[in-house]
Amino acid sequence: MLRYSQHRFPGRLITVEGIDGSGKSTQLALLHRWLAGEGYPVRFSEWNSSALVKQITSRGKKKQILTPTTFCLTHAADFADRVEHDVIPALRSGGIVLSDRYIYTAFARDVVRGVDPQWVRRVYRFAVKPTLAFYFRVPLDVALGRILGGRNALKYYEAGMDLDLSNDVEESFKIFQSKILKQYDALVKEFGLIVIDATMPIEEQQAQMRALVKDKLAGLKRIN
Amino acid sequence: MSDFRFYGSGIPGVSLSDLQGKLIVVEGTDGVGRSTQVEKLRFWLEQRGHAVLDTGLTRSALAGKGLKRAKQGNTLNLITHTLVYATDFADRLENQIIPALRAGFIVLTDRYIYSQIARAVVRGADEVWTRDVFSIALVPTSIFYLKADVEHLVPRVAFNRGFDYWESGMDMGLGRDMYESFCRYQTRLLEIFDRMAPFYGFNVIDANGDAEAVFENLRRRTRALIGETDSAPPAAGTGRVRKARKAS
Repeated sequence: MLRYSQHRFPGRLITVEGIDGSGKSTQLALLHRWLAGEGYPVRFSEWNSSALVKQITSRGKKKQILTPTTFCLTHAADFADRVEHDVIPALRSGGIVLSDRYIYTAFARDVVRGVDPQWVRRVYRFAVKPTLAFYFRVPLDVALGRILGGRNALKYYEAGMDLDLSNDVEESFKIFQSKILKQYDALVKEFGLIVIDATMPIEEQQAQMRALVKDKLAGLKRIN
Repeated sequence: MSDFRFYGSGIPGVSLSDLQGKLIVVEGTDGVGRSTQVEKLRFWLEQRGHAVLDTGLTRSALAGKGLKRAKQGNTLNLITHTLVYATDFADRLENQIIPALRAGFIVLTDRYIYSQIARAVVRGADEVWTRDVFSIALVPTSIFYLKADVEHLVPRVAFNRGFDYWESGMDMGLGRDMYESFCRYQTRLLEIFDRMAPFYGFNVIDANGDAEAVFENLRRRTRALIGETDSAPPAAGTGRVRKARKAS
């Protein structure tokens, strides 16, 4: 099995990370629009997208029977399916893969749930190392302001309700996200994530992203 | 006091000192007679007043159905498949095995992580990675490995339930017919089990003989394990019935 940094593919893998409300998905969508407009073959990938594993995960979530360990493993299974079906074929054929969240999400989230940090890294050893991994850093209150009130209800696991942090969903969400933020800060150093200040205007963040991505496009084939 | 430990960092939130019972694993390749032996052993243990939980692979509430579907043709890649099996195992470990051990049961399991590791490794999975994934497991009190040669396995399978697609490793393209494929697949599995035996400290039991002889061997070793010396069942009223403590 090839490890994290051993894969050599002609394509490019670009990932975005950040807590909910950091604006990472918006930024990735804008990047997608631009790259497709430039004529590059682009494949978009996100968590919880594979059909079979999704059935298991949603069953566990609906019934609230996931523990930190099974939460970690079902998401790893889903991720593995995604790597095999979406990511690697597109990278092998010389395309660009855009991934909304990547292994770092698991490292942050699962470790907050109490899973051993070294074990979860070993479980995900098969993952492909991204060409560029962006992290959208945002203070907790800014992210919360963007999310809370904007959506109907926070979901059970999303709010970390399984951790008994608080009986109040919103309060639990806040505590959970603040713990995740701390993990992300450590991950930035460990994996060399590119930090984007997510409090800047959207256009400015996008301009920074595009400049960095542009540097990595030399030699890629365009399809039109 | 409890002698339990995990292979790796284990399951968050589990206090090992709460685990009272014994974890007995019966391992072996397909057709070796595992389920027959597990059934006999359970019966014998219960007769002697022990509370027994018996459990096998792919029966978890969480992933059991998904695995069934996966076998019905929605093929998953090797890494995904291994992780789904690991999910299923973790679910059973946390929701069946550990609570039963807390309550002082003897947990008797028909296969454990070793079969899972073997079936992944035989298909080309990275052995170290696979072992790492399954390192969440509790180290059993004892692992009885029923070992039979392929020559003994073939007629047992052929004249009982017949060859099964997965047990014959037909997905691996090893042979043109099930007989050929079964022999090659099981030979490879046995090699992997032989490699794992010293690594995990298997208690090897010769399963080439008839079921009664195998059970006699298994019973003798189990008796030593649970600290019983007499061979006769205890008289009514004086049995060593263990009080099942409430899982907390």
